[in-house]
Amino acid sequence: MGQIVLNKVQKKFGDVEVIPPLDLTIADGEFAVFVGPSGCGKSTLLRLIAGLEDVTSGSIQIDGKEASDAPPAKRGLAMVFQSYALYPHMSVRKNIAFPLRMAKMDKAEIDKRVTSAASVLNLTDYLDRRPGQLSGGQRQRVAIGRAIVREPSAFLFDEPLSNLDAALRVGMRLEISELHKRLDTTMVYVTHDQVEAMTMADKIVVLQAGVIEQVGSPLELYHTPRNVFVAGFIGSPKMNLIEGALAEQHNAKTIGIRPEHVQVATTQSDGALQGTVGVAEHLGSDTFIHIHGVAGCDPMTVRAAGDVTVRHGDTVYLTPDATQIHRFDNDGIRIP
Amino acid sequence: MATQHSRSAARLMMAPAVILLLGWMLVPLTMTLYFSFKKFLPLRGDSLGNGLEWVGLENYSRFVGSSSFWPSVQATLIIVGSVLVITVVLGTLLALLLDQPMWGQGIVRILVITPFFVMPTVSGLVWKNMFMDPINGILAHLFKFFGAQPLEWLSQASMQSIIMIVSWQWLPFATLILLTAIQSLDSEQLEASEMDGAPVLKRFWHIILPHMSRAITVVILIQTIFLLSIFAEIFVTTAGAFGTKTLTYLIFQRVLESQNVGLGSAGGVYAIILANIVAIFLMRIVGKNLDR
Repeated sequence: MGQIVLNKVQKKFGDVEVIPPLDLTIADGEFAVFVGPSGCGKSTLLRLIAGLEDVTSGSIQIDGKEASDAPPAKRGLAMVFQSYALYPHMSVRKNIAFPLRMAKMDKAEIDKRVTSAASVLNLTDYLDRRPGQLSGGQRQRVAIGRAIVREPSAFLFDEPLSNLDAALRVGMRLEISELHKRLDTTMVYVTHDQVEAMTMADKIVVLQAGVIEQVGSPLELYHTPRNVFVAGFIGSPKMNLIEGALAEQHNAKTIGIRPEHVQVATTQSDGALQGTVGVAEHLGSDTFIHIHGVAGCDPMTVRAAGDVTVRHGDTVYLTPDATQIHRFDNDGIRIP
Repeated sequence: MATQHSRSAARLMMAPAVILLLGWMLVPLTMTLYFSFKKFLPLRGDSLGNGLEWVGLENYSRFVGSSSFWPSVQATLIIVGSVLVITVVLGTLLALLLDQPMWGQGIVRILVITPFFVMPTVSGLVWKNMFMDPINGILAHLFKFFGAQPLEWLSQASMQSIIMIVSWQWLPFATLILLTAIQSLDSEQLEASEMDGAPVLKRFWHIILPHMSRAITVVILIQTIFLLSIFAEIFVTTAGAFGTKTLTYLIFQRVLESQNVGLGSAGGVYAIILANIVAIFLMRIVGKNLDR
């Protein structure tokens, strides 16, 4: 009840091809996250699924039924927008009830659903307020409430957390994940933030310029990125991508090593790379050290323990863990 | 900067402007009030120099007692009401239409505004001579083309004609304000309502119209202020005949045609009262709409 299949879906705006023909299957109950840099076509892809944009060619199937030509309301999907898109002149109750009223649902049933959605989202005390009187997080919850009362076969989220402050974002992230576990409904989520993608997704779809670079579970993408783009995009801080002599030693155009797979020492040892400390970011639990002077990669980021005390200008020696090196060929494709 | 000294200097320098503006407003108002209590018939030799006879409230009772008073109030309200309805309804529809992307949008929008730039006297004359003339008017030709008897607009459908001319003049204003209101609507709201299953008409009713309510109140408020005092359109077309005599026009007739300044002044005071009653009602509605 919520499988979405894209088959050779293509989208052009005039002569500009935003999304070249693309295949994708999102299984029932899955939490799929589209992630990519801004302008990569992830929002367009979501809008194609929602029906707010028409596909240029190809087909979209929802629950096994052809949906490419169906109007948005008939696709059985609910969407949460980046700006929340609440109706400012209606109370929270009316906002949540709006899709049900449009479906000409029975009044008693509407009340029942609105009440239950409000209690799930902790909105019971705010039902008679206007959206303008709510905080960002509460507005977000109203938008989600308006989506869940329809009991759709899948939820679509378009960068829903980007207007919230950092602390609230972490909280809402958890709430949405929990909602997914409880409702067990397909969710498609668009974000440019790879942390959101890693923490929430069952399946991540990495997009660049409308092309799917890789599809897989968060850890698959983390451990075996298919190409240089995915390697650099997934993971925080970023994977260190090294070119030149060091890479050639490993028979590759580019090698990648994650910050947590590099040992830092202040004393010289065999085969260690020498560098100078630029900035050390002390987070308490970890220390991220940005090191200059390593050939082919400047700066190189390294994760060390929280109690490491290095200062700007110190000379350090780095030993990458040889088993954790990712190798990429001339086309940027992973060498197994 | 703002020492005690410089502040009083500033007051002194602003004084001429303030006094001039205040005088500009107060002098005619006081004179109107003054004349409304006097017998002042210039053709019978009354003048300020000879001293005017105090008649108390006689002018006021005569003005209201005249058989043309209530019809004129009625005519005023009918014209204002009808023009408001026509301009707001058509203005909303036109604004929706102009909001659609189309070829030559810029030129079309400028053309839509042009009637607003035409002076009231000119547009009254243009309508009277070019459109509504029963022999040579375009409408007369149109009627004849379909085999109908041309209508003598200004005498047979005088009220409708005036309403049509004034609406034509004010429609651009309403359209322009309402168009900007529509353009300020967040498109995600429309998309959200589309996903929520609202068809086009319901989207208009539940999303677009509430969003426009504030702009609509502003249009109604501003137009009412100006429509209560329309004069030129009536003066050059029917000259107040055939039931188109508004309160403003009645005052004009009392002062200039009957040469009774006292009686006209009393009418002026009534007009002020009527305008204020309307204003209070409007401010109530507007206040409610603007507070949100």
